[in-house]
Amino acid sequence: MNSEKRFIGTFEKGSSLWGDAWVRLSKNKLALAGLGLVIFFCGVSFLTPWIAPYGYEEQNLVLGASPPSSQHLMGTDIFGRDLLTRIMYGGRISLFVGFIATAVALVIGISWGAIAGYLGGRVDAFMMRVVDILYALPFMIFIILLMVVFGRNILLLFFAIGAVEWLTMARIVRGQVMSLRKQEFVESAYAMGLPRHIIIIRHIVPNALGPIIVYATLTIPNVMLLEAFLSFLGLGIQPPQSSWGLLINYGVETMEEYPWLLIFPGLALSLTLFALNFLGDGLRDALDPRTSID
Amino acid sequence: MLRFALGRILQAIPVLLAVITITFLLVHSAPGGPFSADKAVPPEVLIALEAQYKLDLPLWQQYSGYLGDVLRGDFGPSFKYPGRTVNELIATGFPVTAELGIYAMLVAISIGVIAGVLAAVRPNSIQDYVPMSLAMIGICMPSFLLGPLLVLFFGIYLEWLPISGWNNMPGDKILPAITLGTGYAAYVARLTRGGMIEVLSQDYIRTARAKGLPEFLIVFKHGLRGGLIPVVAFLGPAFAGMLGGSFVVETIFDIPGLGRFYVQAAFNRDYTMILGTTVFFAGLIIIFNIISDILAMWMNPRLQSKTHGPEK
Repeated sequence: MNSEKRFIGTFEKGSSLWGDAWVRLSKNKLALAGLGLVIFFCGVSFLTPWIAPYGYEEQNLVLGASPPSSQHLMGTDIFGRDLLTRIMYGGRISLFVGFIATAVALVIGISWGAIAGYLGGRVDAFMMRVVDILYALPFMIFIILLMVVFGRNILLLFFAIGAVEWLTMARIVRGQVMSLRKQEFVESAYAMGLPRHIIIIRHIVPNALGPIIVYATLTIPNVMLLEAFLSFLGLGIQPPQSSWGLLINYGVETMEEYPWLLIFPGLALSLTLFALNFLGDGLRDALDPRTSID
Repeated sequence: MLRFALGRILQAIPVLLAVITITFLLVHSAPGGPFSADKAVPPEVLIALEAQYKLDLPLWQQYSGYLGDVLRGDFGPSFKYPGRTVNELIATGFPVTAELGIYAMLVAISIGVIAGVLAAVRPNSIQDYVPMSLAMIGICMPSFLLGPLLVLFFGIYLEWLPISGWNNMPGDKILPAITLGTGYAAYVARLTRGGMIEVLSQDYIRTARAKGLPEFLIVFKHGLRGGLIPVVAFLGPAFAGMLGGSFVVETIFDIPGLGRFYVQAAFNRDYTMILGTTVFFAGLIIIFNIISDILAMWMNPRLQSKTHGPEK
């Protein structure tokens, strides 16, 4: 009720959809905290090579595994490597995989959904049938299969995860496009003789952007979870590279003696997933109030 | 209704064929043969091995042969466990995985539905915020983190529960079931809340209230049937997710289930095992998706008038 009233109020002042969405988002403390945390983690990851307290390969075998101290805020692992440094470098990979694989999923999903929704008819039926079939495939198993068969490299990981996550995006975009293409501004663009691909790229996709952004924000944590899951099984990121999933895997092996090696990487991953999920929920309420859960 | 069920079953056939074909092609396009990892195999032995597993035939013959075998329910011999068939390995591992999955599902549904109903009855109160925040934690805490933390706390520090094994000690099934079920409990809670809030605002609920029915009956007798539809529709995908999750849980708790076999097969490059288990899992997931779709349809009379499934 309240937000609807405000919507009309700001509309009269002539604020844009985005301005209005921002007003709604900024009322959501949890989402704002999520946004802040996400920006913080991204900033730290970006700056890691310059601000990490120790070198990535730096060992201190004499020290060995030590609990958190003033020298090593999160302690050290069995080789005496600073855990904070390892988590910062691991976060780079985890976040990188999250964003890149989501981008892959976005590109495939948006193109597929937009084309199917815009062309409609038999093409649409066929393209959506493909999505239905792929939906029913056991993907976790397929990703494991891909990683086993073609070796464990990070490019394949992007491809495999991206190839899984585009399906829902395609459905969402198609639904949006179907409702948009009947509207007057699209028809007038068509009447003006604009080619189809220009209409799709210039007029339809930007108007479907709200749900796309919302879903993309919710896809990133899924992707990161998938990467961590694979790395935990030893099928994802390979040493000497590191990710949070891999650090958790190492932490589990020695958790009885050195629990901090499990707790801190776990905290980093959970906090990030938490932040992204709250941000995604907040964005959904702000940008696309009709599809929100409540 | 019957037409819907039949349609869903017919739709499953191309899906299953696609699974078999894609898996088969993937496994056979792997660089290096399945025996190339074994050092110094004499060429004549290699030829004999390849003949034994029919790897010397052209690909399409291998494919049609495999398809025929699978249709007869025969997944062939295992590459890495000589003398054992994939069927035997599945028969050993699957009952364990299924038992784990059932317990985890019980955890997910009981906790999830109770939390979701509590939240929906008084939205935007403490009774809503606390379970929903816990649900968010449940979603953000992956099983491979939750499991070890539970082991650390309840197994090692408190020494209340055994930390690994299956059927060895009383109580050794509790931690795996909770580990696997918690994430889904969280999803179920969110779906229940959403579904119940919508249902409780309907006219027939108001009628029930006007009749003076006790709130308990309104919520559980009239509300739950409609409110649980999203949950029921989620059970199919949840089951698929649990199979994946069981890989991790079985690894953490050292449970001799199919998920652990699968991961081992993946590391050993046991191609027939990978192929067989993938097809088996896919078949199961497809069956569960159909069941959960049909159940959701049966619970929602409004959908039954349409010939097509929900959300096309």
